[in-house]
Formats: sequence, structure tokens, C-alpha cells
Amino acid sequence: MLFIRKIEKFLRRQGKPLVNFIFKVGELFGFIIQSVYNCVTPPFYGRNFLRQVVDMGFYSLPVVGLTTIFAGMVIALQSYSGFASVGAESMVASVVLISVTRELAPVLSALMVAGRIGAAMAAEIGTMRVTEQIDALTTLSTNPLKYLVAPRIWAGLVVMPLLVLIGDVIGIFGGYVVGVYKLGFNPANYINATLDELQALDITTGVVKAAVFGFIISLMGCYNGYKSRGGAQGVGEATTNAVVSSSILILIFNYVVTELFFSR
Amino acid sequence: MSEIKIKLKNICKSFGKKTVLRGLNLDVYKGESLVVIGGSGTGKSVLIKCIQGLLTPEEGSILVDGNEVIGIDEEGKEALHSKMGMLFQGGALFDSLSVWENVAFDLLENKGYSKTDAKNEAIRVLRSVGLDPEVADLEPAELSGGMQKRVGLARAIISKPEIIFFDEPTTGLDPIMADVINDLIVESVKGLGATALTITHDMASVRKIADRVAMLYKGEIIWQGTVKEMDETENPYVVQFINGRSQGPIKTGV
Repeated sequence: MLFIRKIEKFLRRQGKPLVNFIFKVGELFGFIIQSVYNCVTPPFYGRNFLRQVVDMGFYSLPVVGLTTIFAGMVIALQSYSGFASVGAESMVASVVLISVTRELAPVLSALMVAGRIGAAMAAEIGTMRVTEQIDALTTLSTNPLKYLVAPRIWAGLVVMPLLVLIGDVIGIFGGYVVGVYKLGFNPANYINATLDELQALDITTGVVKAAVFGFIISLMGCYNGYKSRGGAQGVGEATTNAVVSSSILILIFNYVVTELFFSR
Repeated sequence: MSEIKIKLKNICKSFGKKTVLRGLNLDVYKGESLVVIGGSGTGKSVLIKCIQGLLTPEEGSILVDGNEVIGIDEEGKEALHSKMGMLFQGGALFDSLSVWENVAFDLLENKGYSKTDAKNEAIRVLRSVGLDPEVADLEPAELSGGMQKRVGLARAIISKPEIIFFDEPTTGLDPIMADVINDLIVESVKGLGATALTITHDMASVRKIADRVAMLYKGEIIWQGTVKEMDETENPYVVQFINGRSQGPIKTGV
């Protein structure tokens, strides 16, 4: 009897967080369904979309460029030091190409954009929530999901693939710089090796990943901002949660998409 | 003043274990200016948000022009909001838009105005609330609290709504600016022939703008009447509240 009571007490203690967790997951899925529905139904706010494209795309170029160029340079150095021991230095260009296009450019760019843009989205929408600007939108007969969330999600879907394509070029260039100027490869041979190895699948994988990551970044930024409560502290929490949750989801979905493309 | 514009019947609203509105009943008549008074945390803002469909009560019925608000669909909500205007306590101006874009938001997004026409109309309404045309191109963050309230008022009245809500319109303003805002509210409401529902605990505001006053306490309307009746009533809750006494039946919980 005592044992059953202890189990009951344990379950009661665990029950509340479990119910809260289930409620949160349900709330998130409800938000995703509503957001996607509002993305594909009019009215569309083109000006808001363009503003997000500029914020998310143009202003993220320096950070994406820096991240991918150094990633490409490091991969060239690391792969050279590894392959030199087995006499396979000629593989450096291929390794740089595959690493950058399939993994490094999409994942690192997404993590940087999540920190830069996901946080900004959560902070902006969160501040709008706690200062009643979202209520004001509603009272002005404007659906906040269409006005605030849909343009950000579209921007994430469109801009991240473009950023990753640019990141691919810069990352491969980083590998080329190290390969040619530090490791002494012949420039023409390095370029030929890169072009020989280049496959549409590598680029496609990266672009698909980028679109998925862009959706995740915008969604988590908007969701955490939209549901924030309680003033400055609530907005701070929303910002942190947006970055942490989108970073974790990016890493999880990186595996999922890779599995879809390359599992045998 | 016999036609009922807004009718609230037995409204109950809770947040978790905290019950805010407990069976609230209230009628707002067409064309009148009703002011709801009550202490902080008594559910005044919740009351307005329930009428606007921003919050959904657990029980009761809210009728606006005879149409039920609770459970209304998105289309119905947009139609409902198109006849309402609201001045928020903190202004709730959109930071990313200029002053004129804030004021003309409804005209640009919902009424199909061109930019030029919308801006001209915004400047006209800004003038009517005592703001110069130069203010139109400023950002909301560049304005003082009083100016932000005026811009909020301009945004609330630009579409000539049938119902206007004022959420603590004079909070945070000095007495002179508060009086200016009160005058503007009276002018705007009477000029439009709108029905106004104001929530406040500023008694100077109540005396200036109210046709009728209702007192909210512990989630219920415990008293209602005209301003004259309010000054003459012996209801101990109203007497304590309007005189700002710490002693009386209302416990502040400090």
C-alpha cells in the first residue's frame, strides 16, 4: 500500500511538468499549422517580406562570408595534415568541396543566422507582444500571423538557400587560398580537381538543408516572440529560447535531411 | 440612448487559478460614454479585451449590435474590429513605422487608400488632435508620452469607428496633458457620435468624459450610475474609491 502511494506521489510530481510539456508541444504544432496556413493564403505583405529579405539576407552576408571562408581554410589544413600521411594530398580539393557544400556552409551559416536573426525576430515580436502592438494589429483588422510571421517564414525559406550558395563559393575559395598559397598546390590543378568532383547532389543537399534551416530559424524566432509574456524578462527568455531551440533543431534536421539524401 | 450597443451577460474569465471576471453583467448604450472604474488588477483591461475578442471568456455572452462575439470566426472578428477603435494604455504604436503610417495603418492595409491619400488623411487627423504636420514623418520613439497618446487617439479615430475603447488614457501624463487628452476624447467621441468605453482610475478623467460610470470590484460590476449619482452615492466601495481612501471595504492587499 505504501509502495503504491509512493508511486502515486511520484507520478503526481512528474505529472505537472509532463502535462506542461505536452501542452507546449501542442501549442507549437498549432502555431506551425496556423503559420503555414497564413503563409499560403492572402493577403500577402510584400513590403514586410522585402524588409525581412534585406535584414536576413543582405546584412547576414558578412557573418556568413567570414564563417564559411574560415571553415573552408580549416578543412583544407586539416585534411592535408591527415591525407599527407597516406600520400593522398590530392584529395584536399574534393574534401573541401564536399565538406563545405554538404555540411559546413549550410550548418554553420544557419547557426550564425539563428544567433543573429532568430534572436532579433524573437526580441522584436516579443517586444511587440508585451507592449500590446500585436493586440493593436488585431484591433486594426490585421491578422498578426499574416503581417508578422508569414513574411519572416517566406524570407527564411528564400534567403537561407541563397546565403548558403554564396557561402559555398566563399568556403571553397577559402580552401583554394590555403591549398594554393600555403600548401603549394598548383592553382589550375586545384580548380580542376574541385570542378571534377562537383556534383549537383552536393549543392542540392546544401540548398534543401538551407531551406529547412531557414524555416526553422524563422519559425522558432516568431513562435518564441509571439508567445512571450511578462515584460523585459519575458522577451529576454524568448530570445534565448529562440536561439537555443533553433540551434538544436538545426542539428537534428541536419541529420534527418542527410539521412534522406544519403541513406542506402 | 435606449438601444444597447454592447451587452455583457455573466462573463467569467480566469487565468490559471486566478479568477478575474466573475459573472460580470454590463450594458453599454449606443452613443454614450461609459467609464469603468476600479482598482489595479480588478479586471478592467481583461473586460475590454474580452469585448474585442482578444481574450475568450470561459462563460457568458458578449453581444455587439446583437451579434455574439464569443466563438466568432476570423472573418467575423475582422468585421467586428472594423467598427472598433482603441487607444491603448501605452500607445502601442508600431516602432517600425513612422507616425503617419501608424495613424493611417487601417487606411493603407484594409481600406485600399493610396499612400498620398492616406498620408493626407493622417495629417488631417493629426491636426485634429493638436499635432503639427511635421510630426507625421517622425518615428514613435521620438515622441513624448503625451504626443504618443495623441497619435494613438488619431489612429483610433481615423476610420470613424462606431465604438471606441480607451484603456487608461491619462496614465503617465501630467495633469495638464491629461486634461488635454480628456478634452480630445470628448471632442472625438461626440464628433463621431461613437459609443465609448473607457477604463480608468483617474477621477478627473471620469468627471470629464463619462456619461455613465460603472465600478468594477472583484470581477463584478458592483455599482453604476451617472457622474452626479456617483458623487451622491453612499455605496461604501464607490465612496472609498472616488475619495482615494485607504480605509474602507476595499482591501488593497498591501
